[in-house]
Amino acid sequence: MLDYITSYLKSDTTPGQAGNFFWAFVYILLIFLGLSVAVIAMNWLERKILAHMQVRLGPMRVGPHGLLQPIADALKLLIKEDIMPAEADPVVFWIAPLIVVITAFTVFIVVPFGPTHAVTDMNIGVLFMLGVSSLSVLGIVTAGWASNSHYPLIGALRSSAQMVSYEIAMGLAVISAVLMTSLNTDGTGTLSMIGIVQAQQAQQTWFIFKFFPLGLIAFFVFAVAMVAETNRAPFDLPEAESELTAGFHTEYSGFRWSLFFLAEYSAMIAVSSIAVTLWLGGWMRPFPHWLTGETWDLVFSLFPGVTFVLLALITFYSTIRMPKHPYFRVQTIGLAGFGAVLGLIGLLLFVPPVRDRIQDIYWFAVKVAGFMYLYIWYRGTFPRYRFDQLMKVGWKVLLPIGLGVLIVTGILGVVLS
Amino acid sequence: MPEETKAPTPPPSGPPKAAAPHAPAAPAKPAGPTPEPWSSGLVTTLKRQYGSGIREASTYLGQNYMVVDSSLIPELLQVLRDQEQFDYCVDITAVHYPQREKQFDLIWILYSFARNQRIRVKIMIADGEVVPSSVSIWPTANWLEREVYDMFGIRFEGHPDLKRILLPEGWKGHPLRKDYGIIQQDNEWVQINLGIESGQ
Amino acid sequence: MTERSSHLELEQADKTYLDSNELIINMGPQHPATHGVLRVILKLDGEKVLGTECVIGYLHRGVEKIAENRTYTMFNPYVDRMDYVAAVSNGLGYCEAVEKLLNVEAPSRAKYIRVILTELNRLASHMLWLGTHALDIGAITPLFYTFRDREEILKIFEKYCGARLTTHAFRIGGCQYETYDGFEEDVTKFLKFVTPKIDEYEQLLTTNRIWVERTRGVGVISAADCKALGVTGPVLRASGVKWDLRKAQPYAAYSDFDFEIPTGQSGDTYDRYLVRMQEMRQSLRIIEQAVGKIPDGPIMAKVPKVMKPPVGEVYHSIEAPKGELGYFIVSDGSTQPYRVRVRPPSFVNLQALDQMVRGQLVADVIAVIGTLDIVLGEVDR
Repeated sequence: MLDYITSYLKSDTTPGQAGNFFWAFVYILLIFLGLSVAVIAMNWLERKILAHMQVRLGPMRVGPHGLLQPIADALKLLIKEDIMPAEADPVVFWIAPLIVVITAFTVFIVVPFGPTHAVTDMNIGVLFMLGVSSLSVLGIVTAGWASNSHYPLIGALRSSAQMVSYEIAMGLAVISAVLMTSLNTDGTGTLSMIGIVQAQQAQQTWFIFKFFPLGLIAFFVFAVAMVAETNRAPFDLPEAESELTAGFHTEYSGFRWSLFFLAEYSAMIAVSSIAVTLWLGGWMRPFPHWLTGETWDLVFSLFPGVTFVLLALITFYSTIRMPKHPYFRVQTIGLAGFGAVLGLIGLLLFVPPVRDRIQDIYWFAVKVAGFMYLYIWYRGTFPRYRFDQLMKVGWKVLLPIGLGVLIVTGILGVVLS
Repeated sequence: MPEETKAPTPPPSGPPKAAAPHAPAAPAKPAGPTPEPWSSGLVTTLKRQYGSGIREASTYLGQNYMVVDSSLIPELLQVLRDQEQFDYCVDITAVHYPQREKQFDLIWILYSFARNQRIRVKIMIADGEVVPSSVSIWPTANWLEREVYDMFGIRFEGHPDLKRILLPEGWKGHPLRKDYGIIQQDNEWVQINLGIESGQ
Repeated sequence: MTERSSHLELEQADKTYLDSNELIINMGPQHPATHGVLRVILKLDGEKVLGTECVIGYLHRGVEKIAENRTYTMFNPYVDRMDYVAAVSNGLGYCEAVEKLLNVEAPSRAKYIRVILTELNRLASHMLWLGTHALDIGAITPLFYTFRDREEILKIFEKYCGARLTTHAFRIGGCQYETYDGFEEDVTKFLKFVTPKIDEYEQLLTTNRIWVERTRGVGVISAADCKALGVTGPVLRASGVKWDLRKAQPYAAYSDFDFEIPTGQSGDTYDRYLVRMQEMRQSLRIIEQAVGKIPDGPIMAKVPKVMKPPVGEVYHSIEAPKGELGYFIVSDGSTQPYRVRVRPPSFVNLQALDQMVRGQLVADVIAVIGTLDIVLGEVDR
């Protein structure tokens, strides 16, 4: 048994490829845990960032600077009364959020956080991700249908039309990235997520800069389509609050609603991961071929630790600025404790063996976090598209551009090789 | 409505703007304002056309109004809109005088963009009398007439959808009548629909 | 329940759910975008609106009936509760109407104070409109910016009369309160503060592609239709009619000031947006002119303690932020008005909703409700 566990450590592939179920299970647990933490953190960050964009403070009551707010919210959602409309179809009503949440989590099987840091690597990785994530539309449609109510129905129909249309543009953008992977000596491309990153490594460029500005345009098409795909502002029509109250999940509350919420955020992380893998060099650190050498390797490997130490410093600064009133004593101590934890993590990340192992994951997470910030920024800035305009953007703008980029990439690929 | 009265109407020649004193801030006001006769080309034209149908045309505090026979409605309103350019119906409202034989004053407040002039047309009607609707003249009359119906119970003939607007369907009584008390309500409706004894 | 019948619902009654592609949905009275308790019954073909019907009255408080049972002075605070985002305008209209009935005129100092406060209130009302309208269309951020700046106006109100929203700022015959020390400085400071803020709103929206696409060509209403439907205020002006009661029939001290009436051409939601933004700037202009030269003198005209206006009736209307706000007051010579009729701009403007949204999409209904700038307190009274 022990041998079975340790044997994987010698291999240099993902546990899925090595056929090691134990480590695959551990990875799945880690991803599940990390994702949940990320969703919680994202929830807090979105509220805080949006609040600061909108000249307000955001959550401030539960814990210092509202740090415990997401946990309080999660608790509240779990103990809330479970309401199901009398006219709803109970079985389908239950299954719908499960479908959505399962699809949202399943795609993470192939997300490569590092050369070996994935549950498994498939030779159809990208296809698998797109395929599984598009299954979530099934859950949304069933949710809208099972609610047996007008607003969710309209929301679900909007959602399915939107996701199906934008998947095409998304697919075209993905294909042009996949096409770029075949620009090597033997001319074989790959759909494997790890393979795509390795191809970027081999070609010494992120695909966003490949055939400038072709890669950038393809990336742009994908970036727009992925916002639409995840039903986020400015394409949040399926859950347009001011029109459809809450769209397909109008009738959902409590735990089932929280599943939709969880799924939405993990879907955002998932599509961002695809974007990062395909165009932004996945786990690669910035300038891996330009700033080479021992020194640069060392400098870049210090980044994770520095980030956490900086976060800790911000926390300590906030601790000092906490009101001195005795009422806030517990909160101040809590914040200081939180800062201490962050600082300890930061220091831990300076330790060489940890430092080397964490790097890939760190750079991947940072890139994904950039996308998350963009999502929040969009939400704070843009009004919502109307349904016909949304369709117009999808079919008349993104689709032709995606197609054009694909063709030109193909031609350039043939001509230049 | 008699159509033949319309035929001899001379086309209005030059709206008599100067004849209608309309500055709200008239320089010097008499100590006790009284309605003064309102003489203007408009009144002359209308009087020529309708004779004693125009019962009174006066100015009070710089505001012009005329009291007309209820049989002139809606023809007079049509004439006012089409020939005298009163193209904006500001408001339709009513006042209840329970002591009078003809209990209701029904008032149209009209405005002319071209003349920058506002007039009121008033008729007196008895309880239960039906008034022709003016929705076909000014579409805005739709809700305004519904409100008058809701509040006073005056019915308008030819209104496309005459039903209560502010009070709920099925409410009994018309609150702005003087015999409707201030704390009076339709207890039955409240009990059935809200499930409470009384709304007070 | 004796459900209110709607002709749309009745039409639907003999059809079964599967028979038709038409869907009757009920927007409101509890809905995030109906600005209160407005219920709109929509008949939809997919996303297209085939017809609408407004059901109103959820906030009916019988203001006109209350008026008949209160003295002229006692009724004054009630009018603030109609259009509660533009309470000062309501008060101005009522006070001027009663003054006209009494045949007195407010002293010019009072008139200037009235103009300043009313224009500040117009700004506040337009800011609230902008925030909620943008929120309806999906831009959530302008709401917080406008509320931040509206707060400064409310602070001035609070310092002037103690109340922020339902101010009851004016009295029949003038103003009850003299301006507080530093009133003029506060207003001037506010003018300096708010001018760049309006640019900030415009920066967020005016050239924003999505905003333009969402509003241009949406809810078009022609000038002729506006007049026929009695629609007034910015909606009428956006259709190209240069008509503003402040110019057409000046009241208070408006004839002393130099300002323009912004108009639009196409009568769509975008034009209405631009007109209101321009109006905010014009209001600033009026305030700027007024605040420098508030004349000295009394703030109250000679009005009797017990008001008994002579028998007669009077209609007086002002340009409220939402359109023509009129008061028709009948006096029977007693201390209480015999009849007070309020001609609310929101009520009449709301009637145009059906025509503006027919044939458009559901999302446009929201945009149009927002652009009509209705306040349900005033619609239902």
